[in-house]
Amino acid sequence: MSGARSTTAFRPRRLAAVARKEFIHVLRDPRALGIAIVLPMIMLLIFGYALTMDLDRVPLAVWDQSRTPQSRELVSRFEGSRYFSLVARPDSYREVEASLAGGRTMMAVVIPVEFGRRVASGRTTAVQVLADGSDANTTTLALSYAESVVRGYSQEILVERIRRLTGRPPALPLDLRFRSWFNTDMESRIFIVPGLIAVIMMLITALLTSLTVAREWETGTMEQLVSTPLRGTELILGKLVPYFTIGMLDMLLSVLAGRFLFGVPIRGSLVLLFLVSAIYLVGALSLGILISAKAKTQLLASQFAFVATFLPAFLLSGFMFDIRNMPKALQVLTYLIPARYFVAFLRGLYLKGTGLAQLWPECLLMVLFGALMLLAAIHSFRKRLD
Amino acid sequence: MDTIRTLALTRRFGEQVALDQLTLSVAEGEIFGLVGPDGAGKTTTMRLLTGILAPSSGEAWVDGLHVVREAEPIKERIGYMSQRFGLYPDLTVLENLDFYADLYEVPTSGRGARVDRLLAFSNLAPFKRRLAGNLSGGMKQKLGLACALVHTPRVLFLDEPTNGVDPVSRRDFWRILYQLQQERVTIFVSTAYLDEAERCNRIGLLHQGRLLACDTVDGVKGLLEGTLLEVRCDTPRRAAGILRSADLGRVALFGDRIHVLAGDPDRGRTAIEGALRAEGISCHSLAAIEPTLEDVFTSTLPGGDA
Repeated sequence: MSGARSTTAFRPRRLAAVARKEFIHVLRDPRALGIAIVLPMIMLLIFGYALTMDLDRVPLAVWDQSRTPQSRELVSRFEGSRYFSLVARPDSYREVEASLAGGRTMMAVVIPVEFGRRVASGRTTAVQVLADGSDANTTTLALSYAESVVRGYSQEILVERIRRLTGRPPALPLDLRFRSWFNTDMESRIFIVPGLIAVIMMLITALLTSLTVAREWETGTMEQLVSTPLRGTELILGKLVPYFTIGMLDMLLSVLAGRFLFGVPIRGSLVLLFLVSAIYLVGALSLGILISAKAKTQLLASQFAFVATFLPAFLLSGFMFDIRNMPKALQVLTYLIPARYFVAFLRGLYLKGTGLAQLWPECLLMVLFGALMLLAAIHSFRKRLD
Repeated sequence: MDTIRTLALTRRFGEQVALDQLTLSVAEGEIFGLVGPDGAGKTTTMRLLTGILAPSSGEAWVDGLHVVREAEPIKERIGYMSQRFGLYPDLTVLENLDFYADLYEVPTSGRGARVDRLLAFSNLAPFKRRLAGNLSGGMKQKLGLACALVHTPRVLFLDEPTNGVDPVSRRDFWRILYQLQQERVTIFVSTAYLDEAERCNRIGLLHQGRLLACDTVDGVKGLLEGTLLEVRCDTPRRAAGILRSADLGRVALFGDRIHVLAGDPDRGRTAIEGALRAEGISCHSLAAIEPTLEDVFTSTLPGGDA
């Protein structure tokens, strides 16, 4: 009888049976469909609109003790800047403090009594800027805006003084001509959306697959499955097929939303974009299955999937925080986060239109990640209960 | 050749011995019942024989194949129904059957006829488009059995298949098993119900991982040495206590009946009547009866007088 030999062989039909069954699970479970299709869109909308790192209309308080033409000129420069919005005019340090502490303003400019007199007489004079430093990043940004407003005014006074002395305006020694490439308007959305796609892909796929093997252990169907001739490769690949399809659909939806909702242009090759995404997807899905197979309960698996995929993808991939600004040890750690390569790849492809010529190391590492995870997932499946 | 053969099959979980040196054999076409209370080691035995759990020591063969070295070929020839409902509640009856038919590579040609036969056989035909999760307990078990039979296995392992199933469905279920036996399928079934065990050709009594007895039902009943006397009286609980302290033989209480295992029927009868009369209890009836498996079980179990 040839039966003894035939069981050990790979059977596409058994793989197809598992894939079909998994498709039915997803299609008949509104929660799974929600995670698969609705959640990525919500994340894209929330992060795309809310997670803007651009700063404008910083609420500002000005205490002008000088009340001179010179001080009013400085105040009007703050008012005229799109970065500031004058919301309070306190009359004492107590009021300044109250407005900062209450969160009504983020920054206060205090102009001393002697400001107008000293400026008129050509002496150096101080302007005090108080800022709410709780949010260090925003404050740093706001301070640099304030500094440029004050410096601009200061420079004009200087130019005016020299013109009066020499009869003609001086030529400034350096003239900065600034032009931003790739993201010409310097909108953070254009920078955020590609990275966001990487994070969403990682989270959705791991969340979806993390439940699939654990559920079979929990409900007892796994005991039935391991008593059949089904092989580990057939089971794992069969489970991957439907989630891969959903993942690619999510990818397509995200790319479309990025392009038409957020107006993020794609400068690189679409073929390369989807090809590399497919490879990344296989890795992320396999990681989810690996977690699921090890955890054996759905609750543990989904929690572990969240910690193991979403958090590193969100925090350590360079999506939120620039890797170059991280402590050395964390920087080394980021090399182990596959999302890091996908974020770099997507940004390169989206913003700069770079292809394999520049991005091959990232692509190679993602292929490596995908292959390793897939092998580990298949290997993690034991046809025994112990 | 025996279809199932085990030799000192043992499985430990840490310190605990779940199955201790099990040696038995089951002939082809036989219905063998593994009988024992919860925790006796029935499920462990099932899992060892189906090749999904590795033994700590000992050997076992199913249909001539070794359960460890040839576990995968075994899986092609057996049908297994685990104790928990192992089917997908969000798939219909037909989808579940189809899924298992694919796993066992049942050829698509002729599969329709096979599936129809299984559905008719299990009275599930009217429900074939119903989700498995919406079936009653009895129907779920019959669907489980149908899925385990979809590839016409040579050996069938059923782990407490009628647990929690109503009596009518239970009878249906056994009718199916007898039909399978006609087709020379070997059936290895575990149960905690003693009345169900009486339907098997041969049984093994399992307690705390040990095989206490293994024989035909009558043979096992014959292990009971002495005569079984059944006493009916007004205060059975109190009477059982009195008889126990009188040390007349093993005493077991079954509802309002007291069973006493007496060495000699006549002397036992006199002693029982005397002991009860001394306490002011009169017997309604006192007669020698045929033992049931329950009697055997309660008398073989160490300290197991119910």
